[in-house]
Amino acid sequence: MSQSNRISGGQIDRKTSLQFTFDGRSYVGHAGDTLASALLANGVRLMGRSFKYHRPRGPLSSGSEEPNALVHLRTGARQEPNTRATVAELFDGLHATSQNAWPSLKFDAMSINDKLNSFLTAGFYYKTFMWPAAFWEKVYEPIIRRAAGLGALTKDEDPDEYDKGFIHCDLLIIGAGPAGLMAALMAGRAGARVVLADEDFRMGGRLNAETFEVGGVAGADWASAVVAELAATPNVRLMNRTTIVGAFDHGIYSAVERVSDHLSVPAAGKPRQTLWRIYSKRAILAGGATERPIAFENNDRPGVMLAGALRAYANRWGVAVGDRVAMFTNNDDGLRTARDLLAKGVDVAAVIDSRQGGDLLPGIRHLQGAQVIDSSGRLGLKSVTVRLADGKTETISCTALGVSGGWNPNVNITSHHRSRPEWRDDIAAFVPGTGGPAGLSSAGAASGAMSTHGALATGQAQALAALADLGFAAKADELPRAEDTPIVISPLWFVHEGKGRAWIDQQNDVTVKDVKLAHQENFIAVEHLKRYTTLGMATDQGKTGNVLGIAIMAELTGQSIPATGTTIYRPPYTPVAMGALAGRSRGKDFKPFRLTPSHQWAAEQGAIFVEVGNWLRTQWVPKAGETTWRQSVDREVLATRRSIGICDVTTLGKIDIQGTDAGAFLDKVYANTFSTLAVGKCRYGLMLREDGIVFDDGTTARMGTHEFVMTTTTANAVTVFRHLEYCRQVLWPDMDVQIISTTEAWAQFSVAGPNARSLLQKIVDQDISDAAFPYMGAGNITIGGLRGRLFRISFSGELAYEIAVPTRYGDAMIRKLMAAGAEFDAIVYGTEALGVMRIEKGHVAGGELNGQSTALNMGLGKMVSKKKDSIGMVLSQREGMNRDEGYRLVGVRPVDPTGSISAGSHFMEIGAPVDLASDGGWLTSKVYSPHLGCDIALGYLKAGDQKIGRKMRAVNFLTKTDTLVEIVSPHFFDPQGERLRG
Amino acid sequence: MIINHPILGPRDAQEFVYLGDANLMGRPDGMTAGIEAFHDYLYNRDNPAGAHRELWYHEQGDRSWLVVTRNTVTHEILKVEMARDVARAGGRSK
Amino acid sequence: MANAWKSLTALGQDTAQVVAIGPYQISERFDVALASLAVRRGQNAAFAMAAQTAGVPLPPASSFAAGEVFSAFWVTPEMWFIEADFASHQDITAHLKPLFGDTASITEQTDAWVRFDVAGTGLAALFERLTNIDLVSLPDGFASRTVIEHLGVYLIKRSATEVVLYGPRSSALGLLHALQVTAKSII
Repeated sequence: MSQSNRISGGQIDRKTSLQFTFDGRSYVGHAGDTLASALLANGVRLMGRSFKYHRPRGPLSSGSEEPNALVHLRTGARQEPNTRATVAELFDGLHATSQNAWPSLKFDAMSINDKLNSFLTAGFYYKTFMWPAAFWEKVYEPIIRRAAGLGALTKDEDPDEYDKGFIHCDLLIIGAGPAGLMAALMAGRAGARVVLADEDFRMGGRLNAETFEVGGVAGADWASAVVAELAATPNVRLMNRTTIVGAFDHGIYSAVERVSDHLSVPAAGKPRQTLWRIYSKRAILAGGATERPIAFENNDRPGVMLAGALRAYANRWGVAVGDRVAMFTNNDDGLRTARDLLAKGVDVAAVIDSRQGGDLLPGIRHLQGAQVIDSSGRLGLKSVTVRLADGKTETISCTALGVSGGWNPNVNITSHHRSRPEWRDDIAAFVPGTGGPAGLSSAGAASGAMSTHGALATGQAQALAALADLGFAAKADELPRAEDTPIVISPLWFVHEGKGRAWIDQQNDVTVKDVKLAHQENFIAVEHLKRYTTLGMATDQGKTGNVLGIAIMAELTGQSIPATGTTIYRPPYTPVAMGALAGRSRGKDFKPFRLTPSHQWAAEQGAIFVEVGNWLRTQWVPKAGETTWRQSVDREVLATRRSIGICDVTTLGKIDIQGTDAGAFLDKVYANTFSTLAVGKCRYGLMLREDGIVFDDGTTARMGTHEFVMTTTTANAVTVFRHLEYCRQVLWPDMDVQIISTTEAWAQFSVAGPNARSLLQKIVDQDISDAAFPYMGAGNITIGGLRGRLFRISFSGELAYEIAVPTRYGDAMIRKLMAAGAEFDAIVYGTEALGVMRIEKGHVAGGELNGQSTALNMGLGKMVSKKKDSIGMVLSQREGMNRDEGYRLVGVRPVDPTGSISAGSHFMEIGAPVDLASDGGWLTSKVYSPHLGCDIALGYLKAGDQKIGRKMRAVNFLTKTDTLVEIVSPHFFDPQGERLRG
Repeated sequence: MIINHPILGPRDAQEFVYLGDANLMGRPDGMTAGIEAFHDYLYNRDNPAGAHRELWYHEQGDRSWLVVTRNTVTHEILKVEMARDVARAGGRSK
Repeated sequence: MANAWKSLTALGQDTAQVVAIGPYQISERFDVALASLAVRRGQNAAFAMAAQTAGVPLPPASSFAAGEVFSAFWVTPEMWFIEADFASHQDITAHLKPLFGDTASITEQTDAWVRFDVAGTGLAALFERLTNIDLVSLPDGFASRTVIEHLGVYLIKRSATEVVLYGPRSSALGLLHALQVTAKSII
């Protein structure tokens, strides 16, 4: 039964046959088919099971509004759930499977839910699973999660790439139906930069699905000709397969282009999808309209679909959905479907028209004043029951029923900025309201102009208006001749007869009964109705069901529809894959790495790297025979303290600060004084936030009278620079200060240890003896003729220097240092050893610079000068921040040297209860000190400076440790600092 | 959002870092003003539904601090000025 | 003597790399010295005079200007980046400081950046996937800081077929990777 339902005509390429499978069965379709059209051509109506009741479902629509025909597309890692079969472009080898059905689509065990429907009505979850509360997480939720839902995610990594991009245009036109094409034609001819985007793979919109003529030729042919002209217009960019998913501020729209979704596998290097950020000066929404159903009992059977969709399948895809079809309509558009199908030779059983009077359709059984009250057919429509005008019922056998309840303009994007659509009685539909995104207008059916002529006319008019705004000269052309049929509708939202369920929102299984229940329980405001019943909260955002639900509520409350109101739509217009949002920022491309100048050398040594911000820094460098990281770190620490350790410190932020007010400026931004610093010297600086909390610290050197080099922590390099710009532009705009980052311009190495000077003197051209280059000295030097900088500063507590050369020589520099250091057994140490040595010295870093601590907390209170105004000086004097019982930085060591302590532990008094009230503070950083032969830690302890020598408990519930510790000075090693002055 | 930079023209707000109320420009002098004045300066803010003057920093651009007057309800941007100019006009100097 | 020192390019090679992908040629430049040049407060007139005398162009905002020895692009109000030939201006600040004296603050920037010259037809199609700069509509000589794959870069449109990028040197490999992957996706 290959393509048993394929009829003549349509815009498919019958010469290109495409093989595909659905639930393991093979079928053949044609190029130009969607998965839905190809399945329907093969006589397959049943495509899925519903969300809650597991009802058998087929497609309701022929477009992106589809609530029912959701499938798993593709296999393996590329399998994608909840793909709408109605817009999935057919390709050769496509594999699709049904979802939400087990063991099979035809026999689904969970359809038991359908029998239990009286328990599963709106508010069911809220009412049923209230008690006992403890059951929710463990019992109810897992069961509900298993039973509900649609497709399943593959657990494999998505093998495809996704890209992003930016497009600038004068005019963005959303939708390439008659209105959009007409607008694009006008704007393109006028010379404006135009982007015309359409979610469909074939432009033309509804013209592809209709038999209308435009300008004396078939509408689809007119569309093709216009598309061809636009394609040849260099200032027009045509983007098919591209959905505008959201409107953002100031003319920015986001779009998803499905670059490769119509292929089984993207071409090499090509993205699967591209997320575009479109910058537009003006935009026109020409997104057409969506037909809505009429609710009646059992209106969700496969074969019951929107009349316009039935027509589209016949006209565009050459598919008769059923061998015998009927129509149920409340408006003239439903009659159009009957006429088109009849012309195609399809057996039209009857047209059930809820209206009375008017002309009868010739050649068709046109039952006026009649309504469909029920349907039959377990897995697909077999017949409908009709209440005739005379009150009798009749069963009409048919395998497809087209339902038309009127058309809703696709206002979605106009309400992305909270504009509420407005009701128009004459077309019985909501149209775009005022206050939509600035610069966005609407045309065609989206604006309520429902005829082809109306679309062309409003498309042209809106383009002219936009062009005038943009300063392009253009005038109206004579419009091509097109039908201008008025909307003749007599609203009917639901058939009142029958006790069974009549579906409104098929994706979330919301029925008329649910709306009635919401009304009965006083959830009558539209926003309450939505949340109580979940109306419109599925992935289709209620494109077919919302207005129906609102209208039914209006009828129940006796209010008008505009008085009842409407919910609004949010981005995205249709579902967007997470991959498209992530773009290329995933896996190892999540963010770019920053490599230090000695990275290559370190890699050669087998260094272990750690991410510090975006930097990859050496964490430690294992040597032969070392089996644990601690062995390497201990060795690096001991070797440094014994002789020399070298560390790449390029990552520290370096900011060049110049100008005649540079010193005064530093006095403002640092809590301590810098204007008095002598040229050729450096000083440790403490930077506060205005609230008195420590912001950052580092060493700043005075390289000239008006020239300083500031260092920041690696983590705060960017925020400190931003802060300095703020200070010099906003707070003290007349200061003569110029700043620029030089972090990456210099490769900088710390050379620390008792033999540091001996090593450096071998390579530095100038005298760097203690007399010539004392502690905290700084200056320009040369190293074998190469210009460099030297700073005598120490983080490790050893005699130490930082030596810098232009970055391109950084690799040569580390090799030179290691060669010159060989006689001293110099080693390279990583961030772990750095951490050990700074904690041994009681220097604060990340764990202590936690954004909550003051200089006083850190034991640096005396650094805050009150003789000058600096950021944070005043508020650091607040009473609450200066209490004697406040936190103070202390050192911690276990009473038993073999004892283990862990960072994050809290201090508790011995004998006191372990609770929040007794909490004395916490351990901020902990290391093993090979020098002291035990764990050591820093911490903030309440009144810690008064508790030196006291024994306390360090309790950690996470690591389950409870260790007796002694509170000591944070300066574990060389407290007098004799070594660094050596 | 698009911020119409006084020097560079329209730029995507993604390039900027937002700081907050432009009243932060009015920092009191630490040598004369006391804790109360600083407290008021740092913590007390209006929260208008409507025009709001804000400080934005063009981090991924020219590093200028801008004073952006923005309607917090509609996001309409009513005015964009160089913060340095506004600061000087407001009497700030060194 | 400095020539005894072996240098590595930002990509970690001995010599500058050239990568060709379809119509695009991405060339690492290792022969350009760079410095920032900022006006000291109140020195605008003397500064401009010094620049003129020294042949240092001072292009207006958002632009680049080529000069004989020194070329320049605008960075921020009252600050420019100055380019010169590296071979003759290794220590570029030492060349510039005497020319400007106390009128300017000058800072070494050469090795803070990796420079890629991206040449070829169809650059707009490449860069619209990399930055929000509207390359097509902007004039030759346009210069701006922008973002490419999370990296802050300076972009200079030298012509419709040549764009110069200065990106953070430490992320040179990441920037090249972004350029390569994107170029491959559109050829």
